[in-house]
Amino acid sequence: MIYALCFLLFMIGLYCTVVKKNMVKIVLGILVMEYAVNLFLILLGFRTKGVAPIIDRHALEGGQLTELFVNTSVDPLPQALVLTAIVISLGSLALIISVCIRIYNKYGTFDITQIRRLKG
Amino acid sequence: MNIPLPLFVAVPLFAAFVLPIFGKKGKSAATFLANVVTLGLVAMAVSTLGRTAVYQIGRWPIPFGINLVLDGLSSLVLVAVTVVSAAAMLFSVRYMEQYTAKSKFLCLFMLMVAGMNGVVLSGDMFNLFVFIEIASLSSYALVAFGCEAEELEASFKYMVLGQIASLFILFAVAITYAQTGYLNMAYISQSVAASGMSKGLYFAVALFIVGFGLKAALVPFHAWLPDAHPSAPAPISAMLSGVLIKTLGVYALARVLFNVFGIFTLSDLHIEISWIIIGLAILSMITGAFLAFGQTDIKRLMAYSSVSQVGYIVLGLGLGGLIISKGLNPAWALLALLGGLFHLVNHSVYKSLLFLSSGSIQMSTGTRDMTQMGGLANKLPVTGTTATIASAAIAGVPPFSGFWSKLIIVIAAVQAHYYWIGAVVVFVSLCTLIMYLKLQKNVFLGELPENLKDITEQKGTMKISLIVLAVLCVVMGLLLLVPALKEGVLEPAAQSLASGAEYAVNVIQMAR
Repeated sequence: MIYALCFLLFMIGLYCTVVKKNMVKIVLGILVMEYAVNLFLILLGFRTKGVAPIIDRHALEGGQLTELFVNTSVDPLPQALVLTAIVISLGSLALIISVCIRIYNKYGTFDITQIRRLKG
Repeated sequence: MNIPLPLFVAVPLFAAFVLPIFGKKGKSAATFLANVVTLGLVAMAVSTLGRTAVYQIGRWPIPFGINLVLDGLSSLVLVAVTVVSAAAMLFSVRYMEQYTAKSKFLCLFMLMVAGMNGVVLSGDMFNLFVFIEIASLSSYALVAFGCEAEELEASFKYMVLGQIASLFILFAVAITYAQTGYLNMAYISQSVAASGMSKGLYFAVALFIVGFGLKAALVPFHAWLPDAHPSAPAPISAMLSGVLIKTLGVYALARVLFNVFGIFTLSDLHIEISWIIIGLAILSMITGAFLAFGQTDIKRLMAYSSVSQVGYIVLGLGLGGLIISKGLNPAWALLALLGGLFHLVNHSVYKSLLFLSSGSIQMSTGTRDMTQMGGLANKLPVTGTTATIASAAIAGVPPFSGFWSKLIIVIAAVQAHYYWIGAVVVFVSLCTLIMYLKLQKNVFLGELPENLKDITEQKGTMKISLIVLAVLCVVMGLLLLVPALKEGVLEPAAQSLASGAEYAVNVIQMAR
């Protein structure tokens, strides 16, 4: 169910990217898609009432570590992936916004229907 | 057998961050260093031919760590990437003097090479995505490098579609992780082989096909390519059309479909998926060729013909997949895959040669419009000859390289009794011939316009890189005709795709 909502968010972003005429709104659509994918990754590792996947000395000496740990700890890998994905999306956002600014300087508009010198 | 695989990524990455330090004053030193790096990478890549290796980064054992994998297919594509990048770098020594901020160009160029080498070597799905992003981001910036209105517009279009493609790929990677619990390609492959394809994995495959299809500019997804490739500086057009769409699109698609999911070798048949691939390929071949007819801009014509030629490569791979999944003679499948991969290498050489020639023409005449040119064959003898050789190769005129790869695809199609596919290949080849005859007629033959009487040809390194690529175009047929080269270079590459899920077994064994 929650994954379906995540997919819905992805589709909203895609819709926004495809339909909107304003360059900045297109960029926002891409960002919504990015957040949807990041949310999906985080949800993969999520566990209700989960604990941090860290083994401390106290738990290790307790002896009943492994079973409890495996049953309650969250999956740390998607979190690492999301961190990487966020950094990449930051880089691409910076580039795309700077190109938008340069285009605005050249054409004087953000409307993509008026920015069409390329054809064919 | 120790091959320092991480160096393929580390060396250009290091160079990318060292070169800008030289600044304006040390420009020639930086250019020299960049050429040394690209030529060194060619030597390293050639030395990997016919070898296999697995490198586990930081000695973390797979599937917990990230691994780099070198097999027949990787080393073939690696050689193509490094050769084209060396030629483009040699060309840009002089060509990029027209632009300011050359050191920034060198930095972005090296980042792109690092990204592409990483894509080719990566054995981990998420790592593949990261390298795809490195290569794509630097290519977006390079397309906009001139900062003119058209270039920025093309770059924006490319960036939006490229970002959507990357997000589709990332989504697919996430679903694959959710379904199998691994990110390592070999372990995903084993998990799929053990438990079969679930509905979620089919969804992931669909997302992968769309994402990599967008990166490879297959036809329903090709809208960005005819804008982006002509807008970039000529050496970058050569890189984009020559290798970027192939490593990020075709290579990654082939690796994921054939090796990671092993779709075509699974026990339950997946004929529909191979028909989808073949359908996309044929659509790109025909649409790309027809759209190219109407163009008057040289680089735009070449960009549309790239769309058409990528169709050939994907057709060879899809045909191989179809033959495997139908359970027909495996030798025919191997032949089809070999044709597709051989065409990949050929196309990267002659298309980069064509784009570099167009750069040389543009630098001499100051225009890209074919209608304003004519009779340049006498004025630009070297460029004229190399462009003629490349046109002959791309159209499939017999002694040149393009003929052999197309011939193999046709033979494979006929052997598998898909005569109509063979007919389509021949027909599109004819269209390609017509389109390049038009280019020859308008640019190199005919009357010399009055305003171009005084032009001279560019000298030095630009000529060298054109001549080297032209010689490669002529001798590449030997890769197929000399049995030793065929067994050493092409067959391991086709074999590594045809063997499908055996990839996983090999990788896990080598990692121990």
